[in-house]
Amino acid sequence: MSRPLSFYIHIPYCVKRCGYCDFNTYTPGELKPGSDVAEVSNGYIDLVIQESKIARSQVKSDEKIPTIFFGGGTPTLMEPDDLGRLLKSLENDFGFTRDIEITIEANPDTVSKEKLSALRSAGINRISFGMQSASAHVLATLDRTHNPDNVVKATSWARQVGFENVSVDLIYGTPGESMEDWERTIESALALPINHISAYSLIVESGTKLAAQVARGEIPMPDDDQSADKYLLADQQFSAAGLNWYELSNWERDGGACRHNIAYWKGDNWWGLGPGAHSHLDGARFWNVKHPNAYRERIEAELSPIMESEQLTSAQMESERVMLGIRLPQGLPKSSLTSESLAAIESYLTSGELSKESWEDGRVSLTLAGRLVADRIVREILM
Amino acid sequence: MPAIDLAKAPQPASTNPAQIRNFCIIAHIDHGKSTLADRMLGITEVVDQRNMRAQYLDRMDIERERGITIKSQAVRLPWRSGLDGQEYILNMIDTPGHVDFNYEVSRSLAASEGAVLLVDCAQGIEAQTLANLYLAMENNLTIIPVLNKIDLPAAQPEKFAEELAKLIGCQPEDCLRVSGKTGAGVTELLDQIVKQIPAPVGDPNAPARALIFDSVYDTYRGVVTYVRVVDGHLSTRDQIQMFSTGVRHEMLEVGVISPEPVVSKGLGVGEVGYVITGVKDVRQSRVGDTITTYHNPTKVALSGYKDPKPMVFSGLFPLDGAEYPMLREALDKLQLNDAALVYEPETSAALGFGFRCGFLGLLHMEIVRERLEREAGLSLISTAPSVVYRVVKGDGKDLIVTNPSEFPNDKIEAVFEPIVRATVLAPSEFIGAIMELCQERRGTLLGMDYLSEDRVEIRYTLPLAEIVFDFFDQLKSKTRGYASLDYEPIGEAEGDLVKVDILLQSEGVDAFSAIVHKDKAYAYGTMMTSKLRELIPRQQFEVPIQAAIGSRIIARESIRAIRKDVLAKCYGGDISRKRKLLEKQKEGKKRMKMVGRVEVPQEAFIAALTTDADVDKAKAKAKGQ
Repeated sequence: MSRPLSFYIHIPYCVKRCGYCDFNTYTPGELKPGSDVAEVSNGYIDLVIQESKIARSQVKSDEKIPTIFFGGGTPTLMEPDDLGRLLKSLENDFGFTRDIEITIEANPDTVSKEKLSALRSAGINRISFGMQSASAHVLATLDRTHNPDNVVKATSWARQVGFENVSVDLIYGTPGESMEDWERTIESALALPINHISAYSLIVESGTKLAAQVARGEIPMPDDDQSADKYLLADQQFSAAGLNWYELSNWERDGGACRHNIAYWKGDNWWGLGPGAHSHLDGARFWNVKHPNAYRERIEAELSPIMESEQLTSAQMESERVMLGIRLPQGLPKSSLTSESLAAIESYLTSGELSKESWEDGRVSLTLAGRLVADRIVREILM
Repeated sequence: MPAIDLAKAPQPASTNPAQIRNFCIIAHIDHGKSTLADRMLGITEVVDQRNMRAQYLDRMDIERERGITIKSQAVRLPWRSGLDGQEYILNMIDTPGHVDFNYEVSRSLAASEGAVLLVDCAQGIEAQTLANLYLAMENNLTIIPVLNKIDLPAAQPEKFAEELAKLIGCQPEDCLRVSGKTGAGVTELLDQIVKQIPAPVGDPNAPARALIFDSVYDTYRGVVTYVRVVDGHLSTRDQIQMFSTGVRHEMLEVGVISPEPVVSKGLGVGEVGYVITGVKDVRQSRVGDTITTYHNPTKVALSGYKDPKPMVFSGLFPLDGAEYPMLREALDKLQLNDAALVYEPETSAALGFGFRCGFLGLLHMEIVRERLEREAGLSLISTAPSVVYRVVKGDGKDLIVTNPSEFPNDKIEAVFEPIVRATVLAPSEFIGAIMELCQERRGTLLGMDYLSEDRVEIRYTLPLAEIVFDFFDQLKSKTRGYASLDYEPIGEAEGDLVKVDILLQSEGVDAFSAIVHKDKAYAYGTMMTSKLRELIPRQQFEVPIQAAIGSRIIARESIRAIRKDVLAKCYGGDISRKRKLLEKQKEGKKRMKMVGRVEVPQEAFIAALTTDADVDKAKAKAKGQ
């Protein structure tokens, strides 16, 4: 039985790297001193199209594509025409489902109304803006360039040009962010014409500028307890505004859930195109060479860009199923867990981290308090 | 050429005592004893250049790496004196250079008629050397003062010659000046050994009496016992008898070391060599004991025999509980070569199965631990070292306590702790710092003397427990490394001592209990509780950490319950990474120890039991210093 295949398309370029970011992205200067984005990304989409042909030849499925996601980097740095060309090629090769969801991540600073309109015309129907915070000082700590007002403009333009689904990303727990700052960010986000919010607690990733600043003592480490309070505040405010949590860090209203991300959490198949992109096909995970130049060389030499792959054992598949499934409101069927695992987590029912109602309905699912200790519960189940 | 062809040299068992000179070298670690010994082996031609290797006489890797000698040996060196042209046999008896092995030093001294006092003339005499010098002078040994490393640019031979002259009561110009490194002055030194040190005197017709000054286990030969014959004669035909136990042994082999073993027919009066009896355990052939012959035994033992007495105790536990049998095996093996090491099984609720081990001192402890880790490939946790306490209970009965967990909780009349007499040598600018440290450690000043204009000897009595707890590291850091320390036990004294327990969620953690002076209980309690608060990860519930004397809580900290244990982001590329993290955490969980409901990572135990000085040492080691 064949399963549908989603696509992730990585755009590995940014005008500037933000201090907290550890994604696989590069500034033009890093790739070629003295160049600009147009120069370094020249021909990039053709490489991605070429890789999609490899995918076509290897994936036996004749299912149509249900979701596509342009991530980065900064995908909105690309010409909408180029993205449209890639989408056409994918549509020709695989076909699109009638209700295909095509998302693009966007920097509020690098879009105009015209550009948004062009992206919409190219077939993209969902847009996710990196808002992060409404506080200028928090954005400065995060080393973000945008002006908070641009988000207001960009989201309303997105609506005007016909994006049905508009989302913003928020970051909480940035050192120096007060509870009031966060509350204001939440209010600002809820005032936007959106039907989806992702809110992430800041992670200090090793190797980033932020990690170096923390190590040097210039910036304090985010306070976990305060982040917990911020999560609770966010969930409360979002719920009051009619947004439902559908994954640990994601809320939606009016059917605005991101189907592409749900595919990740349900263990569906997807192919990641571009440098460093990860793919998953029926228990096999593989990922491409990370550097855009290495990727270019491979594709131009008609070699596979895959750097490494792993075939998951059944135990590993089970670990992934549990750690991903628990993040969703419906949780895990009790029948899918061993009696030892169930015994190991039973105490969380009385302490309030697992929902009693769900348990009685035969499911293991997290309460609000439980969402904050999801990883601990996963460890209890798996160990 | 003063060296003698080995084959033509006076032979063992038939050497006239008048031709023999027995001497040892008293020196501090790194004052160049081994280099000088090497040089003597070369000049007397018992080792040819081709076979020479650095520090020839130090056999164990650890010794060579640390530049210290743990086990002594004796080397027979034939020498033709440049002064009178006569042939002599010099027996160089090597001595351990550390305070923990004082007793072994005293036996090496007892086997010699003279001592070379070797001092690095860039550093001056150190406290342990001074202690050994006094010991040698008490034993009426002839002292030859020698300044070594005269080739160094920083050498100050005049200054330190004054110092030595003052200590021994000779003239500064009597101090010989040598360089073990270049060989300068070594020939003269050999001649002076012949000239100044008296020949051994003994009765060749009396029943045999030989002093055991060292005993070493060899995998192939069993125990090799090093002896100095005082009276009579030992030969391969004899059956020998240990005076202290009366046990009889067959004599399998007699010989001398020159510097490889050379079998001989026997050993006569004044000679130094080895015997092999087939015994498999050094405790059956103890340092200080007298060997006599079974058929014609002596009635009078040589004086000075003492049983080695452990002074410092610590629990050794394998990191991996499954390695417990390996630890037992490794200790059994080590004990074959270490009569001073004692141990018995110990069970700790926190650390599992291990052994309570007794050592001569801190260095001995460190060496044993290192050998266990290196030679048996074990990873060990050791608990804080403890001394031996005598507790007089309410009923008047004595209880010997070597482990805080044995300290009685009920009524106690008195507690006695071991006291040492400590000698510190240091430049006079550090007097204040040293006195402050000793005062802080409950010391009583005994006296102070100037060795030279700017160097002092400070004497204190101190509780041994205070020295055991990072005293030496503190002393070194307060004196920028210039001070040296020696101490000897002088008895016991009553102390105002209490046991401090550390509780996690009201559950005692035996490994962290300590017996401390009442005035320091609070400091220990706050130090441990705050350390543990840093080391133990937050749990699902709040964990109080308390320090208590009996039921009285003296310090308290708490680890707040964890509120957030979740990774915010988990998308396509994060999944593999997150799963691997989970797999790693799974491994980590296996290494968690449960104290009640509290999960304590093994690393926390190790870190809590480690002093800052240990951490610095480990870092230095990691850097390869």
